[in-house]
Amino acid sequence: MTVIEAKGLTYTYPGGTRRALEDVSITIEKGEFVILTGPSGCGKTTLCRCLNGLVPNFYGGKLEGEILVTGLKVSEHQIYELARHVGLVFQNPENQLFALFVEKDVAFGLENLGVPRDEIRKRVDWALQMTNIENLRERAPHELSGGQQQRVAIACVLAMQPDVMVLDEPTSFLDPLGAQQIFDVISRLNKELGITVVMVEHRLDLASRYSNHVVVMDKGKVVLDGEPKDVFSSEAARLIGVGIPKATRLSQVLEMSGVRLGRVPVTSEEASQVLKEVLSRD
Amino acid sequence: MIEVKGVSFTYPNGVEALREVSLTIHDGEFVAIMGQNGAGKTTLVKQFNGLLKPTRGEIFVDGVNTRKVSVATLARKVGFVFQNPDHQLFCETVEDEVAFALRNFGFEESTIKKRVAWALNLLDLTEYRETSPFMLSGGERKRVALASVLAWNPKVVVLDEPTIGQDHKQKEKLRQFIVQLIAQRKTVIIVTHDVEFVAECNSHVVLMAQGKIVAKGSAKQMLTNSALVTQASIVSPQITQIFLELADLGMPIDLINIHEAREALLNFLEVDS
Amino acid sequence: MSVFDGLRFRRGSSPIHQLDPRAKFFYVIVMFVVAVLFNELLPLVVLFLIQIPFVFVARVQREWIRSLRGAAFLAIIIFGFNFLFTYLSGQYELSYVLERSFAMSLRFIVLVESFSVFFLTTSPDHLGLALEQSHVPYEFCFAFTTAVRFVPVLAEEAQTIMDAQKTRGLELERGNFIKRIRNYIPILIPLIVNAIRRSLELAEAMESRAWGATEKRTNLYVLKLKKSDYVLALLSILLLVLAVYIRLFLPVPQLGVVLRI
Repeated sequence: MTVIEAKGLTYTYPGGTRRALEDVSITIEKGEFVILTGPSGCGKTTLCRCLNGLVPNFYGGKLEGEILVTGLKVSEHQIYELARHVGLVFQNPENQLFALFVEKDVAFGLENLGVPRDEIRKRVDWALQMTNIENLRERAPHELSGGQQQRVAIACVLAMQPDVMVLDEPTSFLDPLGAQQIFDVISRLNKELGITVVMVEHRLDLASRYSNHVVVMDKGKVVLDGEPKDVFSSEAARLIGVGIPKATRLSQVLEMSGVRLGRVPVTSEEASQVLKEVLSRD
Repeated sequence: MIEVKGVSFTYPNGVEALREVSLTIHDGEFVAIMGQNGAGKTTLVKQFNGLLKPTRGEIFVDGVNTRKVSVATLARKVGFVFQNPDHQLFCETVEDEVAFALRNFGFEESTIKKRVAWALNLLDLTEYRETSPFMLSGGERKRVALASVLAWNPKVVVLDEPTIGQDHKQKEKLRQFIVQLIAQRKTVIIVTHDVEFVAECNSHVVLMAQGKIVAKGSAKQMLTNSALVTQASIVSPQITQIFLELADLGMPIDLINIHEAREALLNFLEVDS
Repeated sequence: MSVFDGLRFRRGSSPIHQLDPRAKFFYVIVMFVVAVLFNELLPLVVLFLIQIPFVFVARVQREWIRSLRGAAFLAIIIFGFNFLFTYLSGQYELSYVLERSFAMSLRFIVLVESFSVFFLTTSPDHLGLALEQSHVPYEFCFAFTTAVRFVPVLAEEAQTIMDAQKTRGLELERGNFIKRIRNYIPILIPLIVNAIRRSLELAEAMESRAWGATEKRTNLYVLKLKKSDYVLALLSILLLVLAVYIRLFLPVPQLGVVLRI
């Protein structure tokens, strides 16, 4: 089943001179874990904003083309209607938490939707449990580490039980362990709840193991779209300057030196496995 | 260049951020200070230009005790580039932004002109001379912040989390730029938790955890030592992780970047066949 | 700053912390009215004393004393002015003037005391909730709690900006008065620019979490008046009635006179 379908999206921010999106078409199936990557300013964030209607409803301007998310035409619905279906998590954890207690923040979206109190309580508890932060429920956001704050932000969105979760560079402010925890939580939501994940990410070394679909953008256009190993091993990805995972990069370098590997590894485990086979071949 | 002698530091709110830290950083050295957020990395480097003064212990920068001089005096020697460029940009043009510190330090107008032109050229910003810094992209703003510090030619350059929010190409540019600085005999200190970046740079590494220095050594020694890596709550580079699995086959396990990995594999295969 | 220190919420679980903000606010208002009703020292001393048990039950003695210390300076000024003006008018004898001036400073202290107990024991979150349930528009309540939430964040940001500019040779204390004010421009501009950027990000996050979806917002927490809240309200009303009665029908003796007897 297709959850996100965009056709010929073209958009310029009001007052902007350059097109932020140019003829973008993508299709994302239910349950996929999509990594969206590309150089800074390539239009990744703008595409994320299209998925819940922030573009054009919040930013203004005219969005050409058509985008359907969970069967809803984004152009014909309010952001708050789409919020039940698509959850957005932003880069800076600090600027998406408003309340003085974690629990209250997680409840915010449900309160806005007018969900009855008992139901809010149930869903808040569930979201805290799924993101593994039940112990933080009564803490204030500014007392938490960046990684904890980001998990709260994920819980906030999760409580609204979306079908799609969009995360815009959720780990860029975090240290490696904090980032790892975020990836684990998101992967769990993807696997256990079947939530479709669209994640903007530069750290492909860490993130690519979870993904089964990679989209690369450059200058407002989608330039590569496919399975991780195909995308990462393409020449175009290297030329655009995508931070190809070291495992894949190593295999490319070896192939160039005449060592035949047979397949393209993406994670370090796969690379170890492939290399083991090569080293013990003779 | 920088000597830290038994320094402890406690914030006014009672948080003990540094405990008995001792460290020597030599002239022309390239050091990456690594560790988890909250390990005390930034607190330590803020001592180098006197923004914070030790609660106990002493720090000497180029032979001068940091307690005895002002931030402005130390800043002439230790340039500090903050993580977020938006915490310092305020002028109408990029040129004024880069000249700001030079004016504060009392350079002559003719010298200022020369220095600004030099710094803008160094960071590929000459075309934005008359542009407002607020009109630039994130990566460009970061470069303006860097230029505004390098303009006064400090001996030591401290970069706080320079790779955060940067894409692959920008990181590569940054790395090449640091190599240039080292070639100019500058001491470069970066605070980071970007393991892959450090593996690529192959700098010296200081590992910190809970306000203490866990160890100091080459990137190779530090990042391939799994006990140290765990203690500092970082992760080892992906190449290291790959080769740890290959140890049984007689491969070396102290590899941190692609370049080394390729050499080692080709050597191994050659010897074998 | 110490006055504000005495007003900043401390987390706690005392019976006073548990009281409904609305009941506590009613008590503060009554204290205010009663304190204004009397010019005489005796009733004000009584008002001052009856609040002390609250402070101890709430276990905020230390902060309370700090707030009093902060208020002391203003209290002395109030005393000075009252003393000067009543004495110079030449109509009253010294003992009366002294007592009257003391009463005026004590009135101020009683007000600080009750406000400090209120703010020390009421979490901003509960206060926001109380506002909401008192039919204050939600936008206003949200703005209030968000402002409180971002105070520590902005304070930290201001410090970072100051550090960044100091590193670039900015010396805030240099120059004459005008120059010193201008020294703050490199700090104010980034602070404002960042605040605007931050508010845009906040707005985006709010929109993405269904802000404004329905007029009938629900709430995870609901404040409910408990028995103890009614007791406090009742005591406050009794105090008010008593005070009005005394004011209208009974003469209030000078404290000096009472003590001599």
